[in-house]
Amino acid sequence: MKLLRLVPERPNLNVMQWRKPAFVFSLVVILASVVVVFAPGLNFGIDFRGGTVVEIRTQGPADTADLRSKLGNLGLGDVSLQRFGSETDVMIRVEKQATEDQTIVIKKIQEALGPGIEYRRTEFVGPTVGEELKEAGFIAVLLSMLGIFAYIWFRFEWHFSVGAVGATVHDVFSTIGLFALTGMEFNLATVAAVLTVAGYSINDTVVVYDRVRENLRRYKRMTMVDLLNLSINETLSRTTMTSMTTLLAMVALAVFGGEVIRGFSIALIWGIVIGTYSSIYLAVPALLWTGLTPVGASDDADGSEGGSGENGNVPATS
Amino acid sequence: MLYIERWKLILIAITCLLGFVYAAPNVLLSRSDGDSASTLPFYVPYRTVNLGLDLRGGSYLLLEVQSDVVVRERVESLTDVVRSALRDTRVQRRNMRIEGGGVSFELLDPTKVEEVRQHLRDEDPTLQIDTTPEGLVRLSLREKDLLELRRSAVNQSIEIIRRRIDETGTREPIIQRQGDDRIIVQLPGVDNPQRMKEVIGKTAKLTFHLADSTTSPAEARQGALPAGSIILPAQDNRRPNEPAEYLVRKRVIVGGESLVDAQPNFQNGQPVVSFRFDTIGAQKFGRTTQQNVGKPLAIVLDGKVISAPVIRDAILGGSGIISGTFSTQEVHDLALLLRAGALPAPLTVLEERSVGPGLGADSIAAGKLASLIGLVAVIVFMIACYGLFGIFSVVALLVNIVLIVAALSILQATLTLPGIAGIVLTIGMAVDANVLIFERIREELSNGRTPATAIDSGFRAAMRTIVDANLTTLIAAIVLFSLGSGPVKGFAVTLALGLITSMYTAVYVTRAIVVIWMRRTRPKALPI
Repeated sequence: MKLLRLVPERPNLNVMQWRKPAFVFSLVVILASVVVVFAPGLNFGIDFRGGTVVEIRTQGPADTADLRSKLGNLGLGDVSLQRFGSETDVMIRVEKQATEDQTIVIKKIQEALGPGIEYRRTEFVGPTVGEELKEAGFIAVLLSMLGIFAYIWFRFEWHFSVGAVGATVHDVFSTIGLFALTGMEFNLATVAAVLTVAGYSINDTVVVYDRVRENLRRYKRMTMVDLLNLSINETLSRTTMTSMTTLLAMVALAVFGGEVIRGFSIALIWGIVIGTYSSIYLAVPALLWTGLTPVGASDDADGSEGGSGENGNVPATS
Repeated sequence: MLYIERWKLILIAITCLLGFVYAAPNVLLSRSDGDSASTLPFYVPYRTVNLGLDLRGGSYLLLEVQSDVVVRERVESLTDVVRSALRDTRVQRRNMRIEGGGVSFELLDPTKVEEVRQHLRDEDPTLQIDTTPEGLVRLSLREKDLLELRRSAVNQSIEIIRRRIDETGTREPIIQRQGDDRIIVQLPGVDNPQRMKEVIGKTAKLTFHLADSTTSPAEARQGALPAGSIILPAQDNRRPNEPAEYLVRKRVIVGGESLVDAQPNFQNGQPVVSFRFDTIGAQKFGRTTQQNVGKPLAIVLDGKVISAPVIRDAILGGSGIISGTFSTQEVHDLALLLRAGALPAPLTVLEERSVGPGLGADSIAAGKLASLIGLVAVIVFMIACYGLFGIFSVVALLVNIVLIVAALSILQATLTLPGIAGIVLTIGMAVDANVLIFERIREELSNGRTPATAIDSGFRAAMRTIVDANLTTLIAAIVLFSLGSGPVKGFAVTLALGLITSMYTAVYVTRAIVVIWMRRTRPKALPI
């Protein structure tokens, strides 16, 4: 049987020659992300903003104009309606209320719409909780970054730590930027997605770094650029394979998993693509910029495993 | 030579088998069998995966106890302490007022400060008493008593909420305290969350007062409010011919705490609540009604007058009815609330998430479909890329999924919709460890090694990378678990479990399969 190979056995890509354009590109992506987060801003869901969301299913195709007029007169402020998935499903969003009693909103909506409507989901988040969730989400992202940074430092050296976190920050920023740019709802599930993207991206990076560390011990005379190129090429097949399988699973989730977690799966799909890019084009060249040298790696060499390659085994790259 | 000790192989086989045994109830038992399953012998696993509210349908409420109200009431009661402590003395005071968590007043004769202090201490030794030589006295609650007051308000609220929910017949509610003054209530399978919210959230403080008929509420509002009386609004759905406001005496004749029973009932075809007082309540009620025949009696619920019937006769038996403009449902709920008791303080709903059973079922179906399609895609892809070894990794992947389900069932962790997403993600990422190993084996082969050594060093060299790569993702998952709430937590759980089981299956299970295959076939070249 002829097996499928995504990447030739010896790809010999000169990735490192693209390091400067890639760096500039990534910098632009990060800056652009920061800008869009401020300028159009994130479309915060009620998890963070507070307010009410009611998802209803009508008996026939939903008459949004009729629903709008029924809900418009309730004095609830900004009420938005949106078809959601099928044409019988409508999502009603109501902004947070200025009055004391926030929870009356759902009751009012039910009274205004009358019988014959299935209330599939009702959610209300008060303003205090919204602020708390926002804070917790921010802390979660920050803490996991710190945790990852510490772990890599512990397992590798600080050069790797900086590169890995740099690449991860890039992925996190650009994922958040994507949400700001597209106006997709940014909610708790998105924070989970962002953290998973961080985890995935670091996973990818660690695999390449592991090979860099191994090669540093094996080829002490090779130039750093060649060594990094070699490491990327050796792991390229694995990187693309894993990205492919994860992408396959996430695309299945985005297409068939239902409306509720579509934003989540889209964030992850983006994260997998950008994470794969960043571990190759950002994380590895970062080692060069932080001044990592084969000598610097040697103090860690005692723990080297059985040595699957002898020193005479010079690779075909140059 | 490639070799695994026999005991290791047996251990691997046992874990896989246990995984299948513990995952089996999820397939074999239908969810409605939950009760009959618990009668099985203890060694037969019957636990199924615990579905989150977003999948099985139900309500999640985050409530805040307004313990400030309890504190305010307690502070207001300090004025009574002062009055009763100084009643039998000749001490004269002025300017008694409530300010900042305490009561203060001035003595006309500052030399009596110590005497007053003594009287106050005799009245209530727990209070903090501050005095100045100028004759200013300040009475306040001690810090620890304040904390205790708040704490017990929350505990009492939890107890009463539990009683109310039990009365509604909701199964498996979860009621827990969160932080200082918050309560989480989870109600699986509730089909009318709005009603539950009303049942839980109503303070249900019932009091009986004499109505003050010396003047009308309108005149009282003009400034002629008699001392000891207040104006209270009527309940929201009053009849058109009933007044909108009542003037009632502040003093409470009897309160809801004296009730021993309350039941929905009918009188003249109207839904009413019939109630019964305890002995002391019955005596008080009897005495007051005896002395006030012909006067109206105001029945007040949460600061609103339900009705103010005229007392026709002394009510000595200790039972009576509350009539008003009620629907049958409202009467039912009111009786329930009166039986369960009043909340010590009002509750605020901070967060509410309810999912109907329809959406929950749809989410499960969509999650299943997505997992299945994702799984099939990954399987096809792995076999296309690695052939026979791909099949090995697929076996490991399937075992992995079984292990996740088993772990979820054993730990009784909650599976949420994002949790299903976590499983789908794991399906994609779980093969990563195998990919690392297989790629390594390919490399070793192309370096001219024999199949056995290539496999051996492939597994060995990839091991460290696998651990490093997975542990970093695990860090993110742990952070998510500790900081996330509800559904997000569910995602963190499946992601973390999936990482751990996938490391196990990819490394040990695949290795065992490969070793056994090598032993049987002794291949000259690897089909990878």
